[in-house]
Amino acid sequence: MLNSLKGLGVTLKTMLRKPVTAQYPKEHLPVNRRYMGFPALTWDFQVQEPYCVGCMVCIRNCPTQCMTATLKDNPLHKEGKSTRRKIVDIFEVNLGRCILCEICVEVCNFDAIVMSHEHELSKYERNGNRVDLQALLEMGKQYQEDTGWEPEQAAAPKEGVQA
Amino acid sequence: MSGDLTTTRPLDTLELMINMGPQHPSTHGVFRMVVWVDGERIVNMEPYIGYLHRGSEKLSEGELYNQVITLFDRLDYVSNFNNELTFCMAIEKLMGVQVPERAQYIRVIMCELNRIASHLLFYGTFGLDVGAMTPIMYGFRDRERIQSIFEAVSGARLMHNYFRVGGLRQDVPSDFRERMERLLPQLEQGVEECDQLLSYNEVFLARTRSIGVLTKEEAIAYGASGPVLRASGVPEDVRVSEPYSVYDRFDFNVPVGKKGDCWDRYYVRVEEMRESLKIIRQVLAQLPDGPIMAAGVRRIIRPPRGEVYVRTENPRGDFGVFLVSDGTDKPYRVKIRPPSFLNLQAMQAMMRNAYVADVVVILGSVDIVLGEVDR
Repeated sequence: MLNSLKGLGVTLKTMLRKPVTAQYPKEHLPVNRRYMGFPALTWDFQVQEPYCVGCMVCIRNCPTQCMTATLKDNPLHKEGKSTRRKIVDIFEVNLGRCILCEICVEVCNFDAIVMSHEHELSKYERNGNRVDLQALLEMGKQYQEDTGWEPEQAAAPKEGVQA
Repeated sequence: MSGDLTTTRPLDTLELMINMGPQHPSTHGVFRMVVWVDGERIVNMEPYIGYLHRGSEKLSEGELYNQVITLFDRLDYVSNFNNELTFCMAIEKLMGVQVPERAQYIRVIMCELNRIASHLLFYGTFGLDVGAMTPIMYGFRDRERIQSIFEAVSGARLMHNYFRVGGLRQDVPSDFRERMERLLPQLEQGVEECDQLLSYNEVFLARTRSIGVLTKEEAIAYGASGPVLRASGVPEDVRVSEPYSVYDRFDFNVPVGKKGDCWDRYYVRVEEMRESLKIIRQVLAQLPDGPIMAAGVRRIIRPPRGEVYVRTENPRGDFGVFLVSDGTDKPYRVKIRPPSFLNLQAMQAMMRNAYVADVVVILGSVDIVLGEVDR
C-alpha cells in the first residue's frame, strides 16, 4: 500500500510542474540547425542560377532511387557570366520515397543539394510529393534564407564537368 | 437422461485455440501468436512471424556499403545507433581501420543514450501491458529529451544514418557538452521517478512477480540474451565479456535478476538505465578532442575479400553481424543475428502454464521489436 502511495506522490509532484507537451498543429517546436528535412537545391545568388550542374552523383548514390535529373548547356556560360559549363535542366524528387538519409548531400561535389528544414508532407493530390526543379529551388532558397547557409567549397566548380 | 443439469458426470472440457494478432495493439508490432488454452491455463503457444519481413539481408547485397547503414537503421527501429555501430564495426574489422578516439567516445555516448531511450520505451509500453496508463507519459517525456539531442547531433530523431565506416558523418555540435550537462540530471531524475512510480506498486507486483518464469538453464538453452538472459541470473553482457569499441575503459555494473520472472526482466532494464547514465558521465569526462574520421577511408568502400563476425550489446541483447565481402563495393552476404528473434523463442517456455491474462504481460516483458525479428 505504501509503495502505491509513493507512486501517487510522483504524479502529484508532476502535477505542479509545467506541461512538457506542445499542442502540435497550433504550436510548432523549432527544429535543430542540423535537422534533416526533405532535400532541396541551393541557389547561387551571385550568378542567379542553381549550384547544381546535373552530374547525377546523388542519383547514383541514392538508396531508394527517388530522384531523376538531366542537364543542358548553360546559356549563362556562353554569355560569360557563369563558370558552369553545364547546368541542371530537369530535377525531380519523389519526396514520398525519400528516406532522409543525407547520402545525396554527402556525395555532392558542388554543395548543390541540402537537407532543408521542410518536413510536412501531406498533400491533397496523389502525386503531390513529386517536386520539380522550381519547387526544389524554392525550398532551397527558403532554407538558405532561414539558416544563412554558405557553400563549403566557395570555389567555382571545376571546368569540364563530366556528364 | 439427457439435458439433466444435476448429473454428477464430469463435464467434457476441450482445449481452445485462440488467435492473437497480427493486428493486435498489444503485440508490439505485426506479430501473430496462437495460444492453446485449457480453461484459464495456457497449454501451448506458437509464434508466427514474418509479417514485417522486408528482406533487409538480401537488400543489403544490392546496395553500396554506405547505403546498407540506412537499412540497419530500420532493423531495430528503437535502437538505431547500436545497429549502425555493429555494421560499421564489422567493415572496420575487415578493413583494419582504426577509428579515432573521439569518434569512438561519441559513438559510445550515442549508443548508451539510445539504450536509455529504448528502455524508456519498454518502460512505458510495459506499463500499458499491465494496464497502467501513466508510465508511458513519463517514459516518453524523457525519451523525447534524448531524441532532441539525437536531432541536434545527427539531424534525425529516429533514422540517424550517423555512423560511418571509420568514424562519424560529422562532429557533434558546439553546444553538445552543455546540452548533455543539462540533459543528464533531468534523465537521472526521470529514471528515479519512473522507478518510484511503478516498480514496487502492489498491483504491478501482483501482475509481474512469479509470472512467466524463465530459468537459468532454459534461458541459456534457448539462446536468450540481453536483459532476458540477465534477469534469469546469468551475468552475461558483451560489453563486459568481449569489450568492443572503448567499453573496457568505463566502470559499470551488469545488473542481474534472481528469478527470471517478468518483474526481474523489467527491473534489470531500469537498473541498466542507471548504469548507462553512469557510462555517459564517464565518457563525457574523458571525451578527447581530435578527428572524427579515420584517415584513408574512401567514399566508396571496398573491403578486402574475406568474412567477419562482430557482436555488440544491443538494448535487446547480443546483436551480431556476419559479413562476407568479395572485394567489391557491395557486400556479398550480410547475416544478422537479431537478439529479439531468439528471445522470442524463449517465450514459449515462459508462457507454459501461465494464465491467459498474463500473455500480454509476458510478451511485453520480453520486449521484442518486430523489425529486427523479421528483418
